Amino acid sequence: MAGAALPGRLNWLIAKASQTIDETDRVRTIVLDAPGWPGHLPGQHIDIRLTAEDGYQAQRSYSISAPADGEQVVITVELVDNGEISPFLIEDLRIGDQIEIRGPIGGYFVWDPSRGGPLQLIGGGSGVAPLMAMLRERVRTGSDVPVRYLSSARSFNDLIYRLELESISAETEEVEVLHTLTRIQPQNWTGLTGRVNRTVLAKHVWPAFTRPLCYVCGPTGFVETVASTLVALGHQPGRIKTERFGPTN
Amino acid sequence: MTFITRGFRGRREADVPEGRVPPGQYVTSDFPVLSAGPTPRIPIEQWRLTISDPLRSERSWNWTEFTGLPAETVTVDIHCVTKWSKLDTIWEGVSLDTLLDDVTDRANRHVLFHSYGGYTTNLPIEDVTGGKAWIAYSYDGRPLDPEHGGPARLLVPHLYFWKSAKWVNGMTLSDSDRPGFWESYGYHNYGDPWREQRYQGD
Repeated sequence: MAGAALPGRLNWLIAKASQTIDETDRVRTIVLDAPGWPGHLPGQHIDIRLTAEDGYQAQRSYSISAPADGEQVVITVELVDNGEISPFLIEDLRIGDQIEIRGPIGGYFVWDPSRGGPLQLIGGGSGVAPLMAMLRERVRTGSDVPVRYLSSARSFNDLIYRLELESISAETEEVEVLHTLTRIQPQNWTGLTGRVNRTVLAKHVWPAFTRPLCYVCGPTGFVETVASTLVALGHQPGRIKTERFGPTN
Repeated sequence: MTFITRGFRGRREADVPEGRVPPGQYVTSDFPVLSAGPTPRIPIEQWRLTISDPLRSERSWNWTEFTGLPAETVTVDIHCVTKWSKLDTIWEGVSLDTLLDDVTDRANRHVLFHSYGGYTTNLPIEDVTGGKAWIAYSYDGRPLDPEHGGPARLLVPHLYFWKSAKWVNGMTLSDSDRPGFWESYGYHNYGDPWREQRYQGD
């Protein structure tokens, strides 16, 4: 757990929504144009601040789901029932609307090709967002780091980035993509079924002797189970980085 | 503040007394977990807490000795830098005043706390003495879960909760300040939620 260079002060920037992509019924990707954005590493997150007409403010954190690209910041937001921010971002935000953001935040749960591999990405639900930034960076740079991407979703329709992942795994050598569907599977489903457990991790994750760098992100219970099981399977705790989200809303 | 996001109204929390929650925070009733790595599992019989102080010899306690020290039960509000606050949380543990009982301890102005798993966090000595900090081993009347920092964690409720190091196993007193884990990754060195000191420069 070595330290990193200290960044400067994080100022609030005004960002404009330039594109929205409905990933699933409950998940939306928002592309923001943020003049003054300093760039970021895959895995970092931003704080969002919304201000109502009467001055009331609310803040939340969201992972960035794409690598640095000029002043563009991409987030992928999951709807939280009875939430305060996510319903606004998913149901109300329109192209051209402005929000405040600041970042990048966090320097531990990050990956770029200089950190090497093999790279193991394991995501539950919308926990795949920061992992996708890492995978996209791997593809963008043409790095030769071998990657295994394992995601868990409730159903086929809940899979985030499914088409892009299909084309990445078809077109990129040494990138393997695997999904498990925990509740409902289509009839012709060829991926995994059920929750990520010891059997799945022992069979489909890079074995411990290859010393992979593991990034695990998702709901608390998912991350606890996956990270503990990886340790039990012989992976070094120091090579397992986690990001957990409770029902943040 | 003149900037407004079109169409945002927000959800006002009417049942939270004014002045109870720091700026930018919202109240949650559950207890989210945020950790940078796997949860360490420390058998009680292997647990130790060690204080290193350049002015005196090292002191340490095993679990039996530690839990035999006078304990306090406190009810406090906690505030996580990821924006959630949780009100009226009940903890039991040993006050740092009990552990740092000698005047020589106070001559060193800075404390770096260490944890199983390698986590560290730094605090001024005046923020962990005078009834402001505990090593807690019980939450809500039950032994502290490993996910929440058990067997024992630091509890410094007046600062953002990353300062309340989970799985704590020691502290080093020093006359110089050294940034801990998150403090090295751009989080604020002090972390006062009421001044919204989330990140460096806030």
